[in-house]
Amino acid sequence: MRPLKRLFSRVLNFPSRSRGDERLREEIEAHLAAQTEDNIRAGMTPQEAHRQARLKFGSVEAVRADYHAEAGLPFLDSLLMDVRYALRVLRKSPGFTLVVLLTLMLGIGVNVVVCGVINAVLLHPLGVSDLASLYQIRHKQWMSGHALTTSYPAFDDFRQRNTTFSGMAGINSYSSAGLVWRNAELRVAGDEVTGNYFDVLGVQPEVGQFFHATDEHGSGSAPFVVLSDGLWREAFNADPAVVGTTIELNKHPFTVMGVAPAQFHGTEQFVWPEYWIPIVNGEMGQDYLNDRKDVAVTVIGRLKPGVTAQQATENLNAIAAELGKEYPESDDGQPLRLIHPGLEGDQGDVIRGFLYSVTALAVLVLLAACANLATLFAARATDRSRELALRAALGSSRRRLVKQLLTEAIVVSLMGGAAGLLTAYFLLGVLARWYPDLGRLAVNADARVYLAGLALTLGSALLFGMVPARQAWQTSPLQIIKGGPMDPIPLRRVALRDLLLGVQIAICTLLVTASLVAVQGMVHALHAPLGFQPQGAMLAEVDLSQAELEGNQVLEKQKEMIEAARRIPGVTAVGAVSRTPMTGGLFGIPIFPPGTTEFKLKNSVLAAYRFTMSPGYLEAAGTRLLRGRDFSWHDTTETPYVAIVNETFARKMWRETPAIGQHFIVSGHLTEVVGVAQDGKYHDLQESPQPVVYLAWSQNDYEHAIFVVRSLRTPAEIAAALQPALSSIEPNVPIDVESWYHSLEYYVLFPARAATAALGVMGLLAAMLAVTGIFGMAAYNVSRRIKELGIRVALGARATHVLRAAVGRPMVLLGVGSAVGLLSGVVASRLLEQIVYQANPRDPVVVGGAVLTMVLLGVAASAVPALRALAVDPSKLMREE
Amino acid sequence: MRPKRDVQQGTLALMILKTLDLLGPLHGYGIARRIEKISGDLLSVNQGTLYPVLLRLEQEGAIASEWAPSENNRRARFYRLTRAGHKLLAAEKRDWEQTAAIIARFFDVKPGDLA
Repeated sequence: MRPLKRLFSRVLNFPSRSRGDERLREEIEAHLAAQTEDNIRAGMTPQEAHRQARLKFGSVEAVRADYHAEAGLPFLDSLLMDVRYALRVLRKSPGFTLVVLLTLMLGIGVNVVVCGVINAVLLHPLGVSDLASLYQIRHKQWMSGHALTTSYPAFDDFRQRNTTFSGMAGINSYSSAGLVWRNAELRVAGDEVTGNYFDVLGVQPEVGQFFHATDEHGSGSAPFVVLSDGLWREAFNADPAVVGTTIELNKHPFTVMGVAPAQFHGTEQFVWPEYWIPIVNGEMGQDYLNDRKDVAVTVIGRLKPGVTAQQATENLNAIAAELGKEYPESDDGQPLRLIHPGLEGDQGDVIRGFLYSVTALAVLVLLAACANLATLFAARATDRSRELALRAALGSSRRRLVKQLLTEAIVVSLMGGAAGLLTAYFLLGVLARWYPDLGRLAVNADARVYLAGLALTLGSALLFGMVPARQAWQTSPLQIIKGGPMDPIPLRRVALRDLLLGVQIAICTLLVTASLVAVQGMVHALHAPLGFQPQGAMLAEVDLSQAELEGNQVLEKQKEMIEAARRIPGVTAVGAVSRTPMTGGLFGIPIFPPGTTEFKLKNSVLAAYRFTMSPGYLEAAGTRLLRGRDFSWHDTTETPYVAIVNETFARKMWRETPAIGQHFIVSGHLTEVVGVAQDGKYHDLQESPQPVVYLAWSQNDYEHAIFVVRSLRTPAEIAAALQPALSSIEPNVPIDVESWYHSLEYYVLFPARAATAALGVMGLLAAMLAVTGIFGMAAYNVSRRIKELGIRVALGARATHVLRAAVGRPMVLLGVGSAVGLLSGVVASRLLEQIVYQANPRDPVVVGGAVLTMVLLGVAASAVPALRALAVDPSKLMREE
Repeated sequence: MRPKRDVQQGTLALMILKTLDLLGPLHGYGIARRIEKISGDLLSVNQGTLYPVLLRLEQEGAIASEWAPSENNRRARFYRLTRAGHKLLAAEKRDWEQTAAIIARFFDVKPGDLA
């Protein structure tokens, strides 16, 4: 207890130090007076008495210092002094301070932004309880998209038969609806889920209630809806009274049961549903609940306590094999695996890998910044060696000097770190607002991020503060005061500073290489053969399922719409398709050879993606028809079934034999190939060539059509003309018009773009650091040796000699550092390949670009010091010194 | 002649406590004089060093102080032992005696005793 009490009273004393001083002064006075009196009484003269009294008392200053050490917090006291001194020193050299602050601001800012993103994407929980035991179930192979797992009946079988999951829920996340409430209508997207969804996830409602498994009694039995917190606030003004009222979704009444808590946003990090409805009341109704061939649900499950993922997988695979035997026409018995949900299924690995790589690069930027600062501080410490030596000579302990230098480093890095945090805060804010449609990723900086920022700041302060401190520690005051500020550097010796600059340049080269690779990858991604041309095309989504049309009327209306769109001036091609590529939700459907009688999956020869399209779609989409003919409206259910296949399909089925005129069976119809279209990307940019079959619109009726309208006019003009043209044909259905390019941007181009932006920024920062590093080194070299250079010039040295002396060393370092950086870039190519699509750091363009960049940077950075060295005027210099 | 010994901090604090225990409230100069007298001038106290020790003892709660007029009507700060100080003194005394006894026993040992 005693030390604690003492600390407490010391802390209390701290602000009132001067009062304690007063008390001591008074006590000393009284003490001396009493002693003097006694001495006089003992027979001394007053003067002698006073002198003896003082002698006996001892050094007043020493006592005072001791007293203060006892009274206050000496550590804090000297710290305050150091900080004040550091601030004064920094203010004295504003240029230096500014460079240091900027460097730190950038280095730390970048890292905090990266931390913020990682925090949001990887560390931010989904808002469900016990995430560790929650798994998403996936097929071993990729054929069924990012999210989809099985058909609803198969899901139900898995749910009934498994012994390893405490709960298993199905989700159809491709649900969207026109929401009508009090005459206001808006388009919303949500999840159709099984009744046990909220219970499996362990989420509690914010308002009202959730629906449960007991609410489901077959198709259409549970017209309930749970709103997301966002939708509740946005559309219902956060009115709790909305619970229990009825809203319309796609013209069907739904009772609002409750509101989900704000931190819960479904099971995907990037796509936030706005509502949840029971799957039994979903858009597609009974059919899809009973169709084993329609892969339509994403399955998530919670493991029973004590069950491992391995055991659960084995359990599921046994069931899958059983199902494969029981339903050979629809269930292929494919093995399953478990993944953690949240990041678009298997994309999680890619995203995680990308983020970790970016983190590594950000840390490299900070390291380069630290190396830069260490060089600067070391150079400064050398310049200040006289001051330091003087202080050492006057009795300052080395420890004290080192503490002082470290304090300076910490003060400046705290300031830089604060600036970095502020910058990062703004950047994160911008990022959070940047792509609001991209699922409102909650990128916000919380305490964790700021703590990481602080830790980085202090860590880097120690890193670059140690260098000058070490220098000060080794300083011999005598040597320096005798020798003046010029400690001779042996030319052949590699000083610590050189090493630091070399490291810095190597890291910078690596980063520059990485960002060049990223730019190259981006260019590749933008020019990747998609197999269709989103530029210059508009998409109009029209769902006729709500219109009261019968039989042939739907098809007739759709034909009319295509004609109407074609009549718009400037439109060059129009076509309808069931689903545009790269919008997910794809799964392979079995293709059987002609003559098949048993449609068991093991008899199928191929699993292909299916698109249903109208005549003219290929032209409108910009997909080339390589051979054969397009569909025509004369292909009807009365005429033979026809299909157009892509090159991969044709090659896999018939190899070298021409595909036109060949037959196969799909969806129960013997179908003839009438055309071959070019290959493309259908699911994502990374996919290998996939077989695709296009079926004729007029032979497969679809109520939900996406019209692709290609034109020469701007998207805004076309959108303005398209909307009324389509509405005039069927006024009472929702029509969504958007530019194809924009709609793709979010899903396809955003990752590539984000990667490029991130790496580009890092590369830029690295380049800046390299410039300041080389410039600093060269400028310092020149100013240090200006006298020597003057003498050389006076003795008749040539310009080349002067240049070599002035900037030779930084240039050598630049060369060595760049070489090391390039080599490590090539070695780290696997890392880079993971980050950027189709990246190749060994590409001569990249290597050449990196070399050129570094050379240009080096020349730019050392130009000024070199010019200064050349302009040395010996006569003037001699006079000055 | 061997130089007079400097008093170590810990022992000085103990001496102060014992002095205050014996003589009641005293000011700094008074304490210094008593210590000198009791030790029979064997110890020289650099009298000033007393004050930091007094402050520490006060912060620890072993002694308390207040301003009061001294014997010759000067304003002086008087220190007195608190209850905690009494306890501290007793504890320190015990410790010290123990240490002294152990050391004494070591000095008393003769070669024959260890056989």
